[in-house]
Amino acid sequence: MTEPASPDLSGPHPPIAVHRPDNSATADYALSLGDDALIAAQRMGEWIAASPQLEEDVALGNIALDLLGQARSLLTYAGSLEDPPRTEDDLAYFRDEREFRSVHLVERANGGFGVAMARLLILSTYQYELYARLQAGADETLAAIAAKAVKEVDYHRDHATMWVLRLGDGTDESHQRMQAALDAEWPYVDELFDNAHIDRSLFEHGVAVDPQVLRDPWQKRIAEVVAEATLALPEVTPAVTGGRRGIHDEQMGYLIAEMQHLARSYPGATW
Amino acid sequence: MSDLQAGGGHGAVPVTGVPARGSAAEARRDWPLWEVFVRAKRGLNHVHVGSLHAPDAEMALRNARDLYTRRQEGVSLWVVPAAEITASSPDEKDAFFDPAGDKIYRHPTFYDVPEGVEHL
Repeated sequence: MTEPASPDLSGPHPPIAVHRPDNSATADYALSLGDDALIAAQRMGEWIAASPQLEEDVALGNIALDLLGQARSLLTYAGSLEDPPRTEDDLAYFRDEREFRSVHLVERANGGFGVAMARLLILSTYQYELYARLQAGADETLAAIAAKAVKEVDYHRDHATMWVLRLGDGTDESHQRMQAALDAEWPYVDELFDNAHIDRSLFEHGVAVDPQVLRDPWQKRIAEVVAEATLALPEVTPAVTGGRRGIHDEQMGYLIAEMQHLARSYPGATW
Repeated sequence: MSDLQAGGGHGAVPVTGVPARGSAAEARRDWPLWEVFVRAKRGLNHVHVGSLHAPDAEMALRNARDLYTRRQEGVSLWVVPAAEITASSPDEKDAFFDPAGDKIYRHPTFYDVPEGVEHL
Protein backbone atom coordinates (compact mmCIF):
# COMPACT_ATOMS: atom_id res chain seq x y z
CA MET A 1 0.00 0.00 0.00
CA THR A 2 1.18 3.46 -0.78
CA GLU A 3 0.60 6.45 1.38
CA PRO A 4 -2.39 8.47 0.23
CA ALA A 5 -1.39 11.74 -1.36
CA SER A 6 -1.38 14.67 1.03
CA PRO A 7 -4.46 16.77 0.59
CA ASP A 8 -3.90 20.13 -1.02
CA LEU A 9 -4.14 22.62 1.85
CA SER A 10 -3.33 25.69 -0.18
CA GLY A 11 -6.85 26.62 -1.15
CA PRO A 12 -9.70 27.74 1.06
CA HIS A 13 -10.67 25.12 3.62
CA PRO A 14 -13.76 23.15 2.87
CA PRO A 15 -16.44 23.58 5.53
CA ILE A 16 -15.80 21.19 8.40
CA ALA A 17 -18.61 18.71 8.64
CA VAL A 18 -19.97 18.73 12.17
CA HIS A 19 -21.65 15.48 13.00
CA ARG A 20 -24.09 16.21 15.73
CA PRO A 21 -25.95 13.32 17.29
CA ASP A 22 -29.54 13.52 16.20
CA ASN A 23 -32.04 15.02 18.57
CA SER A 24 -33.94 11.83 19.23
CA ALA A 25 -30.86 10.13 20.69
CA THR A 26 -30.24 13.06 23.03
CA ALA A 27 -33.94 13.19 23.91
CA ASP A 28 -33.95 9.49 24.81
CA TYR A 29 -30.89 9.99 27.00
CA ALA A 30 -32.37 12.98 28.81
CA LEU A 31 -35.60 11.03 29.24
CA SER A 32 -33.85 8.12 30.95
CA LEU A 33 -32.07 10.49 33.38
CA GLY A 34 -35.28 12.44 33.97
CA ASP A 35 -37.39 9.35 34.57
CA ASP A 36 -34.95 8.04 37.17
CA ALA A 37 -35.23 11.35 39.01
CA LEU A 38 -39.00 11.61 38.62
CA ILE A 39 -39.83 8.13 39.86
CA ALA A 40 -37.27 8.38 42.69
CA ALA A 41 -38.90 11.67 43.73
CA GLN A 42 -42.35 10.12 43.74
CA ARG A 43 -41.24 7.18 45.90
CA MET A 44 -39.22 9.41 48.21
CA GLY A 45 -42.24 11.67 48.66
CA GLU A 46 -44.14 8.74 50.17
CA TRP A 47 -41.87 9.06 53.21
CA ILE A 48 -43.31 12.43 54.15
CA ALA A 49 -45.27 11.92 57.37
CA ALA A 50 -44.11 8.30 57.49
CA SER A 51 -40.44 8.59 58.47
CA PRO A 52 -39.11 8.04 62.02
CA GLN A 53 -39.19 11.72 63.04
CA LEU A 54 -40.59 15.02 61.84
CA GLU A 55 -37.06 16.23 61.08
CA GLU A 56 -36.53 13.28 58.77
CA ASP A 57 -39.84 13.94 57.01
CA VAL A 58 -38.49 17.35 56.09
CA ALA A 59 -35.08 16.01 55.06
CA LEU A 60 -36.59 13.38 52.76
CA GLY A 61 -39.13 15.88 51.46
CA ASN A 62 -36.25 18.18 50.52
CA ILE A 63 -34.46 15.38 48.75
CA ALA A 64 -37.61 14.41 46.87
CA LEU A 65 -38.07 18.02 45.76
CA ASP A 66 -34.46 18.22 44.57
CA LEU A 67 -35.05 15.10 42.49
CA LEU A 68 -38.32 16.48 41.17
CA GLY A 69 -36.54 19.66 40.12
CA GLN A 70 -33.94 17.65 38.23
CA ALA A 71 -36.72 15.63 36.60
CA ARG A 72 -38.52 18.79 35.49
CA SER A 73 -35.41 20.20 33.81
CA LEU A 74 -34.51 16.92 32.14
CA LEU A 75 -38.04 16.15 30.93
CA THR A 76 -38.52 19.70 29.67
CA TYR A 77 -35.32 19.38 27.67
CA ALA A 78 -36.18 15.90 26.38
CA GLY A 79 -39.62 17.08 25.30
CA SER A 80 -38.21 20.14 23.54
CA LEU A 81 -36.07 17.92 21.33
CA GLU A 82 -39.01 15.85 20.16
CA ASP A 83 -40.93 16.52 16.99
CA PRO A 84 -43.60 17.61 17.69
CA PRO A 85 -42.33 18.89 21.05
CA ARG A 86 -43.90 17.75 24.31
CA THR A 87 -43.99 19.51 27.67
CA GLU A 88 -42.69 18.19 30.97
CA ASP A 89 -46.30 17.55 32.01
CA ASP A 90 -47.03 15.62 28.81
CA LEU A 91 -44.09 13.39 29.63
CA ALA A 92 -44.69 13.01 33.36
CA TYR A 93 -48.46 12.63 33.37
CA PHE A 94 -49.57 11.40 29.97
CA ARG A 95 -47.18 8.58 29.21
CA ASP A 96 -48.08 5.01 30.07
CA GLU A 97 -45.93 2.61 32.01
CA ARG A 98 -44.20 1.06 29.02
CA GLU A 99 -42.96 4.47 27.89
CA PHE A 100 -41.08 5.19 31.12
CA ARG A 101 -37.33 4.58 31.07
CA SER A 102 -36.55 4.51 34.80
CA VAL A 103 -34.52 1.78 36.50
CA HIS A 104 -36.08 -0.76 38.84
CA LEU A 105 -33.98 0.50 41.76
CA VAL A 106 -36.13 3.62 42.12
CA GLU A 107 -39.57 2.29 41.27
CA ARG A 108 -40.06 -0.63 43.65
CA ALA A 109 -42.27 -0.11 46.68
CA ASN A 110 -40.61 1.40 49.74
CA GLY A 111 -39.46 -1.01 52.40
CA GLY A 112 -38.32 0.07 55.84
CA PHE A 113 -36.29 3.17 56.56
CA GLY A 114 -33.04 1.22 56.23
CA VAL A 115 -34.07 0.15 52.74
CA ALA A 116 -34.77 3.76 51.85
CA MET A 117 -31.30 4.81 53.01
CA ALA A 118 -29.59 1.91 51.20
CA ARG A 119 -31.47 2.83 48.03
CA LEU A 120 -30.65 6.52 48.40
CA LEU A 121 -26.98 5.76 48.99
CA ILE A 122 -26.82 3.62 45.84
CA LEU A 123 -28.75 6.12 43.73
CA SER A 124 -27.15 9.35 44.93
CA THR A 125 -23.61 7.97 44.67
CA TYR A 126 -24.36 6.93 41.08
CA GLN A 127 -25.97 10.29 40.29
CA TYR A 128 -23.05 12.15 41.85
CA GLU A 129 -20.49 10.39 39.67
CA LEU A 130 -22.76 10.86 36.65
CA TYR A 131 -23.52 14.56 37.07
CA ALA A 132 -19.93 15.37 38.06
CA ARG A 133 -18.90 14.21 34.58
CA LEU A 134 -21.96 15.36 32.66
CA GLN A 135 -21.45 18.97 33.79
CA ALA A 136 -18.38 19.02 31.52
CA GLY A 137 -20.30 17.41 28.65
CA ALA A 138 -20.71 18.75 25.13
CA ASP A 139 -24.44 19.41 25.38
CA GLU A 140 -24.79 22.78 27.08
CA THR A 141 -28.26 22.20 28.48
CA LEU A 142 -27.44 18.82 29.97
CA ALA A 143 -24.17 20.24 31.33
CA ALA A 144 -26.02 23.10 33.03
CA ILE A 145 -28.64 20.78 34.55
CA ALA A 146 -25.85 18.50 35.80
CA ALA A 147 -23.88 21.40 37.29
CA LYS A 148 -26.88 22.35 39.43
CA ALA A 149 -27.83 18.78 40.28
CA VAL A 150 -24.37 17.63 41.34
CA LYS A 151 -24.48 19.78 44.48
CA GLU A 152 -27.93 18.49 45.34
CA VAL A 153 -27.06 14.83 44.98
CA ASP A 154 -23.84 15.42 46.91
CA TYR A 155 -26.03 16.33 49.87
CA HIS A 156 -28.34 13.34 49.28
CA ARG A 157 -25.29 11.12 49.33
CA ASP A 158 -24.15 12.69 52.58
CA HIS A 159 -27.56 12.19 54.18
CA ALA A 160 -27.75 8.55 53.14
CA THR A 161 -24.15 7.97 54.27
CA MET A 162 -24.89 9.43 57.72
CA TRP A 163 -27.77 7.02 58.21
CA VAL A 164 -26.06 3.94 56.81
CA LEU A 165 -23.16 4.57 59.20
CA ARG A 166 -25.43 5.03 62.20
CA LEU A 167 -27.71 2.10 61.46
CA GLY A 168 -24.93 -0.23 60.31
CA ASP A 169 -22.70 0.58 63.26
CA GLY A 170 -25.55 0.99 65.75
CA THR A 171 -27.26 -1.74 67.69
CA ASP A 172 -27.34 -5.45 66.78
CA GLU A 173 -30.87 -5.00 65.51
CA SER A 174 -30.11 -1.94 63.39
CA HIS A 175 -26.97 -3.58 62.00
CA GLN A 176 -28.93 -6.64 60.96
CA ARG A 177 -31.68 -4.61 59.33
CA MET A 178 -29.25 -2.32 57.53
CA GLN A 179 -27.41 -5.32 56.11
CA ALA A 180 -30.71 -6.87 55.02
CA ALA A 181 -31.65 -3.58 53.36
CA LEU A 182 -28.37 -3.42 51.46
CA ASP A 183 -28.83 -7.03 50.35
CA ALA A 184 -32.35 -6.24 49.15
CA GLU A 185 -31.29 -3.27 47.00
CA TRP A 186 -28.07 -4.72 45.62
CA PRO A 187 -29.62 -6.86 42.84
CA TYR A 188 -30.79 -3.62 41.20
CA VAL A 189 -27.34 -2.01 41.07
CA ASP A 190 -26.21 -3.48 37.74
CA GLU A 191 -29.04 -1.88 35.78
CA LEU A 192 -27.68 1.59 36.65
CA PHE A 193 -24.45 0.87 34.81
CA ASP A 194 -25.97 -0.76 31.72
CA ASN A 195 -25.31 1.43 28.68
CA ALA A 196 -27.22 -0.54 26.02
CA HIS A 197 -30.03 2.02 25.78
CA ILE A 198 -27.75 4.97 24.98
CA ASP A 199 -26.95 5.78 21.35
CA ARG A 200 -23.21 5.30 20.82
CA SER A 201 -22.91 8.59 18.95
CA LEU A 202 -23.67 10.39 22.22
CA PHE A 203 -20.52 8.94 23.80
CA GLU A 204 -18.42 9.81 20.75
CA HIS A 205 -19.55 13.42 20.87
CA GLY A 206 -19.27 13.76 24.63
CA VAL A 207 -22.99 14.42 25.03
CA ALA A 208 -23.65 11.44 27.30
CA VAL A 209 -21.57 9.87 30.05
CA ASP A 210 -21.04 6.15 29.58
CA PRO A 211 -22.52 4.63 32.76
CA GLN A 212 -19.87 1.92 32.68
CA VAL A 213 -17.11 4.38 33.55
CA LEU A 214 -19.05 5.28 36.71
CA ARG A 215 -18.94 1.77 38.12
CA ASP A 216 -15.43 1.85 39.61
CA PRO A 217 -15.64 5.21 41.39
CA TRP A 218 -19.14 4.26 42.57
CA GLN A 219 -17.94 0.93 43.93
CA LYS A 220 -14.97 2.55 45.66
CA ARG A 221 -17.10 5.09 47.50
CA ILE A 222 -19.81 2.59 48.46
CA ALA A 223 -17.23 0.09 49.69
CA GLU A 224 -15.74 2.75 52.00
CA VAL A 225 -19.12 3.60 53.51
CA VAL A 226 -20.13 -0.04 53.86
CA ALA A 227 -16.83 -0.92 55.56
CA GLU A 228 -17.03 2.03 57.95
CA ALA A 229 -20.60 1.01 58.80
CA THR A 230 -19.28 -2.46 59.72
CA LEU A 231 -21.45 -3.95 56.98
CA ALA A 232 -20.52 -6.37 54.22
CA LEU A 233 -20.82 -5.78 50.47
CA PRO A 234 -23.61 -8.08 49.34
CA GLU A 235 -22.90 -10.95 46.99
CA VAL A 236 -26.18 -11.46 45.23
CA THR A 237 -27.35 -12.33 41.74
CA PRO A 238 -28.47 -9.30 39.75
CA ALA A 239 -32.21 -9.11 39.28
CA VAL A 240 -33.84 -9.41 35.89
CA THR A 241 -34.72 -5.85 34.95
CA GLY A 242 -35.57 -3.90 31.82
CA GLY A 243 -36.56 -0.44 32.94
CA ARG A 244 -34.65 1.24 30.12
CA ARG A 245 -36.79 -0.72 27.63
CA GLY A 246 -40.03 0.07 29.43
CA ILE A 247 -40.25 -3.29 31.20
CA HIS A 248 -41.11 -2.39 34.77
CA ASP A 249 -41.74 -3.92 38.15
CA GLU A 250 -45.37 -4.66 38.93
CA GLN A 251 -45.39 -1.94 41.61
CA MET A 252 -44.60 0.68 38.98
CA GLY A 253 -48.18 0.67 37.74
CA TYR A 254 -49.53 1.69 41.14
CA LEU A 255 -46.96 4.45 41.44
CA ILE A 256 -47.87 5.85 38.04
CA ALA A 257 -51.59 5.63 38.73
CA GLU A 258 -51.16 7.70 41.88
CA MET A 259 -48.75 10.16 40.27
CA GLN A 260 -50.91 10.74 37.19
CA HIS A 261 -54.37 10.53 38.68
CA LEU A 262 -54.93 14.24 39.22
CA ALA A 263 -53.49 15.41 35.91
CA ARG A 264 -55.57 12.88 33.99
CA SER A 265 -58.80 13.50 35.89
CA TYR A 266 -58.51 17.26 35.57
CA PRO A 267 -56.43 17.93 32.45
CA GLY A 268 -54.86 21.37 32.48
CA ALA A 269 -55.52 21.88 36.19
CA THR A 270 -53.34 24.57 37.74
CA TRP A 271 -52.91 25.99 41.21
CA MET B 1 -44.49 25.61 85.91
CA SER B 2 -41.44 24.00 87.37
CA ASP B 3 -40.68 21.79 84.36
CA LEU B 4 -40.12 24.74 82.08
CA GLN B 5 -36.98 26.80 81.77
CA ALA B 6 -36.34 29.82 79.67
CA GLY B 7 -34.72 28.39 76.61
CA GLY B 8 -33.55 31.02 74.18
CA GLY B 9 -35.33 33.52 72.01
CA HIS B 10 -38.59 31.69 71.66
CA GLY B 11 -39.38 31.56 75.33
CA ALA B 12 -39.98 28.57 77.51
CA VAL B 13 -38.77 25.24 76.21
CA PRO B 14 -39.37 22.01 78.11
CA VAL B 15 -35.98 20.60 78.95
CA THR B 16 -36.64 18.25 81.84
CA GLY B 17 -36.97 14.69 80.66
CA VAL B 18 -35.62 15.49 77.21
CA PRO B 19 -32.18 13.91 77.02
CA ALA B 20 -29.62 16.37 75.75
CA ARG B 21 -26.85 13.99 74.88
CA GLY B 22 -28.33 10.59 74.41
CA SER B 23 -26.78 7.21 74.81
CA ALA B 24 -27.80 4.72 72.13
CA ALA B 25 -30.60 3.51 74.36
CA GLU B 26 -31.90 7.02 74.97
CA ALA B 27 -31.72 7.85 71.27
CA ARG B 28 -33.99 4.92 70.54
CA ARG B 29 -36.67 6.25 72.84
CA ASP B 30 -36.45 9.84 71.76
CA TRP B 31 -33.91 12.07 70.15
CA PRO B 32 -32.42 14.86 72.27
CA LEU B 33 -33.32 18.47 71.71
CA TRP B 34 -30.92 20.90 70.02
CA GLU B 35 -31.06 24.67 69.76
CA VAL B 36 -30.24 26.09 66.34
CA PHE B 37 -28.37 29.32 65.57
CA VAL B 38 -28.08 30.74 62.06
CA ARG B 39 -25.77 33.43 60.78
CA ALA B 40 -27.55 35.21 57.97
CA LYS B 41 -24.42 36.62 56.38
CA ARG B 42 -20.79 37.28 57.05
CA GLY B 43 -20.23 39.89 59.72
CA LEU B 44 -23.50 39.27 61.55
CA ASN B 45 -23.94 37.25 64.72
CA HIS B 46 -25.46 33.82 64.88
CA VAL B 47 -29.09 34.23 65.91
CA HIS B 48 -31.26 31.67 67.63
CA VAL B 49 -33.95 30.50 65.21
CA GLY B 50 -35.54 27.50 66.91
CA SER B 51 -34.93 23.96 68.01
CA LEU B 52 -35.11 20.43 66.66
CA HIS B 53 -34.58 16.80 67.58
CA ALA B 54 -31.64 14.78 66.32
CA PRO B 55 -29.79 11.67 67.48
CA ASP B 56 -26.38 13.38 67.55
CA ALA B 57 -24.58 16.60 66.67
CA GLU B 58 -23.79 15.74 63.05
CA MET B 59 -27.40 14.84 62.31
CA ALA B 60 -28.59 17.90 64.21
CA LEU B 61 -26.53 20.09 61.92
CA ARG B 62 -28.02 18.44 58.86
CA ASN B 63 -31.56 18.66 60.19
CA ALA B 64 -30.93 22.32 60.93
CA ARG B 65 -29.82 22.83 57.34
CA ASP B 66 -33.05 21.26 56.10
CA LEU B 67 -35.35 23.02 58.55
CA TYR B 68 -33.89 26.49 58.84
CA THR B 69 -31.87 27.29 55.71
CA ARG B 70 -34.21 26.11 52.95
CA ARG B 71 -34.57 29.64 51.59
CA GLN B 72 -30.95 30.70 51.84
CA GLU B 73 -31.38 32.12 55.31
CA GLY B 74 -27.83 31.45 56.33
CA VAL B 75 -24.16 31.01 55.63
CA SER B 76 -23.28 29.34 58.93
CA LEU B 77 -25.07 27.11 61.44
CA TRP B 78 -24.54 26.21 65.09
CA VAL B 79 -26.35 23.51 66.98
CA VAL B 80 -26.15 23.33 70.77
CA PRO B 81 -27.59 20.63 73.03
CA ALA B 82 -30.56 22.30 74.72
CA ALA B 83 -29.61 20.85 78.10
CA GLU B 84 -26.17 22.46 77.88
CA ILE B 85 -27.73 25.91 77.92
CA THR B 86 -27.83 27.53 81.34
CA ALA B 87 -30.72 29.96 81.29
CA SER B 88 -31.92 32.59 83.69
CA SER B 89 -35.05 31.52 85.49
CA PRO B 90 -38.37 33.37 85.27
CA ASP B 91 -38.38 33.35 89.12
CA GLU B 92 -35.24 35.47 89.17
CA LYS B 93 -36.55 37.93 86.63
CA ASP B 94 -37.05 40.77 89.11
CA ALA B 95 -33.58 40.55 90.62
CA PHE B 96 -31.93 40.10 87.26
CA PHE B 97 -33.55 42.70 85.11
CA ASP B 98 -35.55 45.27 87.05
CA PRO B 99 -32.59 47.14 88.63
CA ALA B 100 -31.55 48.30 85.16
CA GLY B 101 -34.96 49.79 84.56
CA ASP B 102 -34.51 53.21 86.20
CA LYS B 103 -30.85 53.85 85.35
CA ILE B 104 -31.37 55.91 82.30
CA TYR B 105 -27.83 57.30 82.50
CA ARG B 106 -26.65 53.93 81.21
CA HIS B 107 -28.18 54.81 77.87
CA PRO B 108 -26.19 57.14 75.64
CA THR B 109 -28.97 59.72 75.58
CA PHE B 110 -27.11 62.60 77.25
CA TYR B 111 -24.73 63.28 74.43
CA ASP B 112 -25.23 65.68 71.57
CA VAL B 113 -24.36 64.00 68.36
CA PRO B 114 -21.71 66.04 66.59
CA GLU B 115 -22.66 67.26 63.16
CA GLY B 116 -21.53 65.13 60.29
CA VAL B 117 -21.64 61.82 62.18
CA GLU B 118 -23.92 59.48 60.39
CA HIS B 119 -25.40 56.10 61.26
CA LEU B 120 -25.76 56.76 64.97
